[in-house]
Amino acid sequence: MSTLTEFSISALIVLGAAFALLGSVGLARLPDFFTRLHGPTKATTLGVGAMVLASAIYFTTLQAGVSLHEIAVMLFLFITAPVSAHLMSKAALHRRSAKPQQGQQ
Amino acid sequence: MRHLLPRPALSALIFLLWAALTNAATPGTLLLGALLALALPFVTRPFWSDAPRLARPAILLTLALRVSIDIVLANLSVARRVIGPVKRLQPAFIEVPLDLRDPFVATVLSSIVSLTPGTVSIDVDQERWVLLIHALDAPDSDALIEKIKQRYEAPLKEIFAC
Repeated sequence: MSTLTEFSISALIVLGAAFALLGSVGLARLPDFFTRLHGPTKATTLGVGAMVLASAIYFTTLQAGVSLHEIAVMLFLFITAPVSAHLMSKAALHRRSAKPQQGQQ
Repeated sequence: MRHLLPRPALSALIFLLWAALTNAATPGTLLLGALLALALPFVTRPFWSDAPRLARPAILLTLALRVSIDIVLANLSVARRVIGPVKRLQPAFIEVPLDLRDPFVATVLSSIVSLTPGTVSIDVDQERWVLLIHALDAPDSDALIEKIKQRYEAPLKEIFAC
């Protein structure tokens, strides 16, 4: 493995970890449920994206042939993350509108 | 042929995903992948809504590239906001009136909105065709509505011709 590959893999892992951390910081710092929902979306898109890319590069250079697991991981994550965020926010909205003054739903 | 493969595109996708998951192109795994690609569309058929036809597949690539770039850029801007003073954020619920009239395409749009950080889609109202989103920091909601409509909805409408 060349130095350049090692450096780019390390950079991607650090970047991914940094965004996962930022997502968690957001989860802890933001004031209410709906703003907190934004933290995990960030961690799953760029954070996991960068880590998965690093993994793909690492195993492609380490073994013969291309490593494609990671593409499947990314694809499933990108399909499921919006759905779970959507379901949680919808549930939160229903709880909110159950209170008398915000009867929108 | 239509009886054997009710959804050719779905079968192809399952086959490719299976190859990616197993990470090996031995005859055995490929055969199992082919069997799954034949069987799964049958099992899941009742759940599939009729997706509109792809009218302009080329724009789909442009849109995918644009969304990927936007995800990276939006991540950076949201990261800055999360670290900065939280009190100064202006979170808001925003209603985006939709021009498209297709449940499948509306789902695609709401997924894109959720994946780009800073906005999460909450509800697609299919009677009024309004997409309810929550934005982390939206001092100018009209600009955000305009951005979503121009950057994502307009290309989606062209791609699916709806």
